[in-house]
Amino acid sequence: MKKIIMGAVIACLPFTSSAYAEDPQEGGTINVVVQPEPPSLMIGMYSNATTQQVGGNIFEGLMRYDKDLNPHPLLATAWENSEDGKTWTFHLKEGVVWHDGKPFTSADVVFSIDKLLRETNARLRGSLAFVDSITAPDDYTVVFQLNQPFGPFIRLFEVGTTPMLPKHIYAGTDYKLNPANHHPIGTGPFVFKEWKKGSFIHLAKNENYHVKGLPHIDELYWHVIPDAASRSVAFETGKIDVLPGGSVENFDVPRLTELDNACVTTDGWEFFSPHAWLWLNNRQGPTSDKRFRQAVMYSMDREFAKSVLWNDYGKIAKGPVGSKTKFYDDSLPNYEYNPEKAKALLAEMGYDGTPVRLMAMPYGETWQRWTEVIKQNLEEVGIKTQIVSTDVAGWNQKIGDWDYDISFTYLYQYGDPALGVSRTYLSNNIAKGSPWNNAEGYVNKQVDQWFNEAAVAFPDAKRAELYSKAQHQIVEDVPVAWLMELEFPTIYNCKVQNLVDSAIGVNDAFGTAWIKQ
Amino acid sequence: MSVQTLLYIGGRLVKGAAVLLVIAIFNFFLIRMAPGDPAQVLAGEAGATDAIFLQQLREQFGLDQPLYYQLWIYVSNLMQFDMGITYRQQMPVFDLIMDRMPATLLLTGAAFLLSLLLGILAGVVAAAKHRKWADSAITVAALIFYATPLFWLAMMAALFFSVYLEWLPSFGMQTVGQDLTGWQKVTDIALHLILPASTLGLFFTAVYARMMRTSMIETSRLDFVKTAKAKGMKPSRVTTHHILRNALLPVVTLAGLQAGQLIGGAVLTETVFAWPGIGRLMFEALFQRDYNLLLGVFFVSSAMVVIFNLITDVIYCVVDPRIELSK
Repeated sequence: MKKIIMGAVIACLPFTSSAYAEDPQEGGTINVVVQPEPPSLMIGMYSNATTQQVGGNIFEGLMRYDKDLNPHPLLATAWENSEDGKTWTFHLKEGVVWHDGKPFTSADVVFSIDKLLRETNARLRGSLAFVDSITAPDDYTVVFQLNQPFGPFIRLFEVGTTPMLPKHIYAGTDYKLNPANHHPIGTGPFVFKEWKKGSFIHLAKNENYHVKGLPHIDELYWHVIPDAASRSVAFETGKIDVLPGGSVENFDVPRLTELDNACVTTDGWEFFSPHAWLWLNNRQGPTSDKRFRQAVMYSMDREFAKSVLWNDYGKIAKGPVGSKTKFYDDSLPNYEYNPEKAKALLAEMGYDGTPVRLMAMPYGETWQRWTEVIKQNLEEVGIKTQIVSTDVAGWNQKIGDWDYDISFTYLYQYGDPALGVSRTYLSNNIAKGSPWNNAEGYVNKQVDQWFNEAAVAFPDAKRAELYSKAQHQIVEDVPVAWLMELEFPTIYNCKVQNLVDSAIGVNDAFGTAWIKQ
Repeated sequence: MSVQTLLYIGGRLVKGAAVLLVIAIFNFFLIRMAPGDPAQVLAGEAGATDAIFLQQLREQFGLDQPLYYQLWIYVSNLMQFDMGITYRQQMPVFDLIMDRMPATLLLTGAAFLLSLLLGILAGVVAAAKHRKWADSAITVAALIFYATPLFWLAMMAALFFSVYLEWLPSFGMQTVGQDLTGWQKVTDIALHLILPASTLGLFFTAVYARMMRTSMIETSRLDFVKTAKAKGMKPSRVTTHHILRNALLPVVTLAGLQAGQLIGGAVLTETVFAWPGIGRLMFEALFQRDYNLLLGVFFVSSAMVVIFNLITDVIYCVVDPRIELSK
């Protein structure tokens, strides 16, 4: 049988993109901010952003992805897809050991994906519905038998989605209560040392790491500093070397980046491509009218918000798919800032001045101010707006219970529309109780069909065609009002070299980083 | 101590226990009135979830049970001094509180002593120099510190002493990554303590100074002070032996109230200076809807209030023997 060989060619090349202009220096300590304090470092059961930021250095996936989302070898050295697209064969790296010294084999892969993650990982569970069986013909080979050629399959193997977990520790136990959750054991470049709750998390160099010569750093400290202004001060005083994207308020960013020795990058979020939009409740009130929703799009001065609130980081979102995500269609029409058009649409639908509730997102100052900007934009075209405030728990509940008119959110795209986009628009993904599904209540059977076909279409050209159709229809319907593709600048001390090195760079940053003395 | 006194203290403790139980039940219902639940917060932070995941979390936390049953479990566990497990850290609540207790007591205790000493001293000086230059200076300073929001003061202190002067660390309780021992460790913690303790202490210093000053001035106008002066006693001795002791009572009352808040009263300071204490723990638990942890901190705090009210009453009799402990 003819096979498409991938991975094998690049397996022998170093992963890093920023070619070694200088030889990395060994040793040193890096201090990083972690906010909020993660509930756990057990990346297989908690997918919280900070669990991934710290845990991504302890655990590993089978692959890493470069900034164009191409897969590269990590725990898997090569992989092949059969001609019909339904059988994937992975070849594992030999000589890899867990932090406790036990060897990493195909049994761990099968256990992690088929048993543990299938049970505990909400996001992966959906994708695993396309996987009929996972088998291990020998210690270093794993075969995935799919029931259909699931296009995004090759992008499932970063550490946050599919971390490899030790079978010898978790098999046959109650996963959630396993003591190893407090003392995580992975294969990654850093080993867990200590977690002083409320103060810091300490990781140290894995002396037996399977990639020769890595990591360069000896010690990693993640500091829990609950106040945003104090995090800025900690960076200014030099006690903190790295402020991961989003860990300080946006209005502090220009001041901090102007400091001597401060470097800044927006890289390392390509896989997530955080996409911000306004939920518009499609079920009731003025927001149930398509013309009203289009009027909302025309009423927003998104360029203003981008330059004032986001320091010009980010990009205006054209539609449901981010420009860094696969199958983004660049030919989509743009909803420009046009209050007159908005007013005309409102007049056409006969908007009677019914007030709408605009719920702020309780994720910091920027979102509060953005709420005020949107309120002003809406009122300028004649939409009566009341701001509703709540905290995180209340916000989750209100969105999950569909008890809102307009509210904010941003979601990760995970590199592929089938992983991070269609979930917001598929009508079979409408279910009360969760703020992360089709919470706006959008129903379009045609779009459902395109999305469902595109997920399993083969090859990619076919997928692209279907996703383009879906994007054009959704942009016409405006089920939600897209705001921006967000960019969170990571601010760091310039002595830290090669900090961001992959499409999930914020989460697996330190394996390849080094300190210039 | 007489038998009567001991009986009185015993009676107060029994009443206190009953009060604590009622407070615990009240709190139980109070925090469940807030929208959302811990499963939604945890799932919300994860950024992706489904109904199965939420259900798993609720089962794990016991939140899928009827409310009256949850209350029954909570109260009966509490009777056995078991405060349950925190949802987020997956640790026994009691262990977590005890883990954070020393940091908080060090901070609030230092601030408490500092403010008590400085406040009384400033109040006495101001009263002795009534309507003079020193009095005005102290009164104005006390007013400023009393009226300034604590978090602002904390931020400014951090900017000035940490960023500008580079004298003091701006966050944390000790320097991590250097395994300090003995005196080095003590010095290190003391250096970290200075900013948060003085920020927190300044507010109460102002409160005590104002109260002490007023109380001293009032007492100094009483007849027995005039008598003492008429006898020809030295003014300094009149101040320390006659006025001060009588003027202390209101300050003792206030100090008793403050001591009751030693556990949970430093939320802002602990947050700004990333001090790993209980106030922060409580504040975070509130937003994370970590019911068990929140109830645990409430319980310990209310126990402290009950105990310190009792201690305050005992101290009254020491300061002023005319007051008797009785029903």
